[in-house]
Amino acid sequence: MNQRDKYEKDWLFEITPKNKFFSLNLKEVWQYRDLLILFVKRDIVTVYKQTVLGPLWYLIQPLFTSITFTIVFNNLAGISTGKVPSFLFNLASITVWNYFTACFTGTSNTFVSNAGIFGKVYFPRIIAPLTTVISNLLKFGIQLFVFFVFYVYFYWKGAPLSFNWTTLFFPFSIVLMGVLGLGLGMIISSMVTKYRDFSYLIGFGVQLLMYVSAVIYPMALIEEKIPEYAWIIQYNPLAYIIETTRYMLLGVGEFPVGGMLYTLVLTFCIFITGVLLFNRTEKNFIDTV
Amino acid sequence: MGKEKEISSKQLTTDNSQLKMKDIILKAENISKQYRLGQVGTGTLKHDLNRWWHAIRGKEDPYLKIGETNDRSTKGESDYVWALQDINFEIAKGEVVGIIGKNGAGKSTLLKILSRVTAPTTGSVKFGGRVASLLEVGTGFNGEMTGRENIFLNGAILGMTKKEIASKLDEIIEFSGCERYIDTPVKRYSSGMYVRLAFAVAAFLEPEILIVDEVLAVGDAEFQKKAIGKMQDISKGQGRTVLFVSHNMAAVKSLCTRGIVLENGGVVFEGKIDSCLSRYINDYDSKNALILDMCSINNSNIQIKDIKINNSNSCEIKLNADSNLLFIQVTGFIREEISFDLEARFFDKYDNPLAFYSPSHFSGMPPKYSKGSFLIEKKIQFPENINKGDVFMKIYLTHPGLETFLETKENILVSFDGFKMKNSWSFEIEKSGFMFLK
Repeated sequence: MNQRDKYEKDWLFEITPKNKFFSLNLKEVWQYRDLLILFVKRDIVTVYKQTVLGPLWYLIQPLFTSITFTIVFNNLAGISTGKVPSFLFNLASITVWNYFTACFTGTSNTFVSNAGIFGKVYFPRIIAPLTTVISNLLKFGIQLFVFFVFYVYFYWKGAPLSFNWTTLFFPFSIVLMGVLGLGLGMIISSMVTKYRDFSYLIGFGVQLLMYVSAVIYPMALIEEKIPEYAWIIQYNPLAYIIETTRYMLLGVGEFPVGGMLYTLVLTFCIFITGVLLFNRTEKNFIDTV
Repeated sequence: MGKEKEISSKQLTTDNSQLKMKDIILKAENISKQYRLGQVGTGTLKHDLNRWWHAIRGKEDPYLKIGETNDRSTKGESDYVWALQDINFEIAKGEVVGIIGKNGAGKSTLLKILSRVTAPTTGSVKFGGRVASLLEVGTGFNGEMTGRENIFLNGAILGMTKKEIASKLDEIIEFSGCERYIDTPVKRYSSGMYVRLAFAVAAFLEPEILIVDEVLAVGDAEFQKKAIGKMQDISKGQGRTVLFVSHNMAAVKSLCTRGIVLENGGVVFEGKIDSCLSRYINDYDSKNALILDMCSINNSNIQIKDIKINNSNSCEIKLNADSNLLFIQVTGFIREEISFDLEARFFDKYDNPLAFYSPSHFSGMPPKYSKGSFLIEKKIQFPENINKGDVFMKIYLTHPGLETFLETKENILVSFDGFKMKNSWSFEIEKSGFMFLK
């Protein structure tokens, strides 16, 4: 057998029962970048095929949700949004919140919804959740454009709106939101493969999560009205991101510096955990999915 | 010299007098794969927790020690089976290796491991080149997208870059023969066109190692010929390494140079392709198997109680020259009204078709059976002048052209006693063909 040692050349790669403890495999992802682009294109192009309104659906959903929320929560329940028009307040929150839920639910379904492809061919599995995050970013871009259209409209009508220097950091908070959704989604995705219970859990969990993420009210309001439960929101990183983006876009509320640092650290930890679990799952999930 | 050998123990001792002269491009070492049987539920949760509890104390997985050989016909004690056990082999650059074995021998599991769809439970596989695997054609095709868009998408999934695909686009379209429809969404394609386009993309892959499952079993005869021709080009002309898994013995024989025979999850034979095929065919130990066990039912509305041929349910049938008659009886139960009929096809050992029996093709319409029990009785009368030897039969319950409700997954062996000459001599099917012409 020793003679063979000289043939132990540099193997290109090796298949082993388990992955390395932590690997992002960025090199491999880079090799498959064309696939990522094509997947994103597929997602964008095919979603609203054979519909009359086509991409307009991207706009209808947040607009109608905002109108409903404004009527129910602001006019009926009387939640105050300060000087800012309630509709614009809701539209900003919902646009950002939608991006999170789309990333989160999309990613958490990665293994189940791609089982057909994953079961037949290998490519870096992380491409699939990345596709979700990127194609939803484009969708988010369209919805943000609509927000700005209404922003200009309300500004012209005389609402006291102004950007401030933090607006420049708006893209960072969106990236943070995406990474958080990706991380949480990857954690759930690795559990959904074997136990489908989790997919039902997040189905209604996300809806409930919205109420504790300061989407429909400013953070200060809950601290003022029900201080004994405010800790739920104060531990929720999503609430800080939503609050921050609103501050950036509309200048309402405050910029929670400590909260954002906490969010940054927590997001990083969640993302690392997500990658770890994803790495462990991707090798054998096809046997249990 | 001495490269072909029976592997008696689990440890494969490959005689590498020839291999070491060559450049090894793929090396599988001790790969095993364990599967859990049954459903996922609270029981698996208990096992998972136990496994995790062992893992955090730094102990070995308690369920790896147990597990039985994968013999699906016997009822086992354990919840765990080994689909593959201690597989070792090496493949040199430029070799075309066929992996053969019966259903359930572990071929597909091995392919899945080699193409990185799933990981082995133990062991490792090393690769010295870029790999592309074709377990299916048209993976990731999206019905809403046009043929051209799908070429790019499918190519990228198989590991090509956009630039590579663009440079071969014209050739791919030409090979597929779908030029006219290339800007139409593929959901409008006929199934044949779909497969052609999908195969065309795969045919222009340029990996160093190509792993191919039975994808050739698609498309019409002309296209199959084209596909096998293309495979031959890839292996012989371009000197690429190919691993080929198929039930189509004729294709395996014409393509491969070396073979690996799998049985119950282990390598039982390795050597020249001809020796592998004869080993595989001789080893056809279906003596005790029942026809019913080899059936796969594709429609849940149909249940089969029994299948008998000449009043026996064994899948080995002997026919003597005096009668040459097959009397097939199928009894079962249907949950709704279905039109169907029996079909039988006969093949030689290389899977070349010899004869076809289909009464509903002959009469134009299959008979209608109403809900409840049914009984089909068919007599297949062979002419007296069939030569001596073995042929393989497959039977189907089908509505021709619409749906196949039942098919036998493995062959039923039919041995003909043979047509006797005046001097009581008979000719053999293998040498003189199926029939002797008077």
